[in-house]
Amino acid sequence: MTDPVLEARGITKRFGALVASDGVSLDLRPGEIHAVIGPNGAGKSTLIAQLCGGLRPDAGAVFLEGADVTALPVRARARKGLARTFQISALAMEDTVLQNAVLGALGASGRPWRFLRSALSDTELRDRAMAALTRVGLADFAAARTAEVSHGQRRQLEVAVALTLAPRAFVMDEPMAGLGAEGSAAMTDLLDGLRAEAPILLVEHDMDAVFRLADRVSVMVNGAVVATGSVAEIRADPAVRAAYLGDAA
Amino acid sequence: MSREGALNLVVLAGLVALPLWAHLAGETFTVTLATRAVILALAGVGLNLALGAGGLVSLGHAAFFGLGGYAMGILAFHAQSMTPLVDGLLPGTKSMPVIWLTTIAVSALAALVIGLLSLRTAGVYFIMVTLAFGQMFFYFAISWNAYGGEDGLSIWVRNGFPGLNTLVPIQFYGLCFAVLALVLLLSHLVRRSPFGLVLNAARQVPARLEAVGLDPTRVKLVAFVVSGAITGLAGALFADLNRFVSPAMFSWQLSGELMVLVILGGVGRLFGPVVGAVIFVALEHWLDGVSDYWHVYLGLLLLLIVLFARGGVIGLVAGRERAHD
Repeated sequence: MTDPVLEARGITKRFGALVASDGVSLDLRPGEIHAVIGPNGAGKSTLIAQLCGGLRPDAGAVFLEGADVTALPVRARARKGLARTFQISALAMEDTVLQNAVLGALGASGRPWRFLRSALSDTELRDRAMAALTRVGLADFAAARTAEVSHGQRRQLEVAVALTLAPRAFVMDEPMAGLGAEGSAAMTDLLDGLRAEAPILLVEHDMDAVFRLADRVSVMVNGAVVATGSVAEIRADPAVRAAYLGDAA
Repeated sequence: MSREGALNLVVLAGLVALPLWAHLAGETFTVTLATRAVILALAGVGLNLALGAGGLVSLGHAAFFGLGGYAMGILAFHAQSMTPLVDGLLPGTKSMPVIWLTTIAVSALAALVIGLLSLRTAGVYFIMVTLAFGQMFFYFAISWNAYGGEDGLSIWVRNGFPGLNTLVPIQFYGLCFAVLALVLLLSHLVRRSPFGLVLNAARQVPARLEAVGLDPTRVKLVAFVVSGAITGLAGALFADLNRFVSPAMFSWQLSGELMVLVILGGVGRLFGPVVGAVIFVALEHWLDGVSDYWHVYLGLLLLLIVLFARGGVIGLVAGRERAHD
C-alpha cells in the first residue's frame, strides 16, 4: 500500500462534555478522493480544523507526508502543501478575482515582503494565478471584483486559490455548498480532474457528488468514524443506512 | 485616468498653486495655514495606512505624533542651550535631516512595541489599548520637568535644512509639501505591491492569509510600524512649524482629530487624509471666526459624511474605489 499523504491517527477533541472527535483515524492516499459524510453535528468541521491546524487535538496526531504536523499552526501546514477551501467563501471581496488568486501565489512564493514593485506586474505570480483561474474556468473573470461575481464563481475561486499553492493535498469543506444542479455538476467535473494533481479530502453533503467522485467514503456519527469503504460498500452497510442515509440511498 | 486620479491631481495642483499665490500676495498667514494642513495630511497618511489598509482603528496615533514633536524639541533644546544630550557625548542638533531620521527611528520603535502588545487584541479592545498607550505618553510628558513638563518646550529658531532658509514660510511650506508628496508616492506604490495586496487581504479575511501560509498579524504589525513612523515624522514637522512642543501633541483629542480628518477625506483612499486635512484646517480657521463652538459644525459635517458618504469626500466626488491593477 502506498503511504498516505495526510493522516489522522486517533484524534480526540472534547468541548466540555461534548466529544466532537472520538478517536478519529483516517487517511488520504495519493490520487484519491476520500469523502467524509455524516449528519450535522457529526464532527466533520472539527475534524477539518484539526487536520488544517485551526484546532489542536486533545489526543492523537496528524501526519502530512509522513511528518507529524500536530503542533504546527495553519500557515505552517499550508506552506508544507496542505491547501484548504472554506465552507463559506473566505475571499477578499473588495479585490478582483485575479488579486485573490495572486494572494495564493504570494503565499506559495513566501515573499510578501516587497513594498515598491507592483504585485500584478510580477509575471511569475501572475502566470501562476492565471493558470489556476484558467483551470477552474474563471480566466474571463480575472478583472471582476469578487463581490460582483456569482456565488458559483466564488466557489470556483476558492478552489483556484487552493490550486495556486501547488498543494500536496486538498481539504475541501463542502465545495458544493449553495450551488445549483448545474454548478454542482461543473464543480464535480472540476474535482474529478483535480485528484490527479493532489488527493482530496472532501467533506460534502451533496450525495450525488460524493457517490460520483469518491474512491472511498468515511461516515462520521457523533464524532466517530463508523464506517470506511468504497461507495458500494457504504451504500450497502446497514449501520450506515440506519444512521445517516435513510431512505435516500 | 480614473475620476479619483483626476481629483488627486487637482488637489495636488491646488496645494502648489494656493500657497504660491498667497506668498506672492503677501498673505503669510495663509501659507502657514497651508503648512499646517500639509503636515496634518502627512500624519493622516500615516494613520490611513493602519486604519484604511490594515483596518487597525488606532486611537493612539498621537503617541507617534508627540514622539516626533519631542524628538525634535529635545534635540533642538540641547542645541540651543548648548548642553549635551548625553553627558559629555552626544550634542543636540538643529539639522532637520538628523532630527527626521531620529524621529522615524524613535516612533517606529515605539510603534513596534505598542503594535506587538495591542495586536493581540482586536476591535474595541484594540482601540482601548492604543488609547491607553497614547495617554501613558501624555502623562509622562506632563511630568517630565526636564523638558518643560506641562508647559512644553519652546524652540527659538526653526531648525535648518541644507540649502533652504526654513524661516521663510514659503520655503518651509515647500519642504513639508515635498515630504508629503514623496510619502504619497511611496504610499501609492505600496498599495499595489505584494505587501499592499497582502495587507488589504489581512484586513478583509485573515483566515484566508493563514490558509495560504501567511501570517496576518505580522503583516499588520509591519503596517503599524510604518504608519507610526510616518505620523512621527509629521509630528517633528508640526513642532517645527509652531517652534513649540507640548504634551497636547500626545493628547487623545489629537488622535481623534487625525481620525476625523481621515474619515472626512475618505478612509483607505490615497488622498483621503490630504483632502480631510485641507477641509479640517479650513473649517478650523473660518468657523473659529464665526463661532467659539465651531466643533459643533465640524461634528455635524462628520455625522453627515459618516451617514451618507462612506468613502468620505473623495467617495462623494469620485465614487467607489476601483480595484488597483
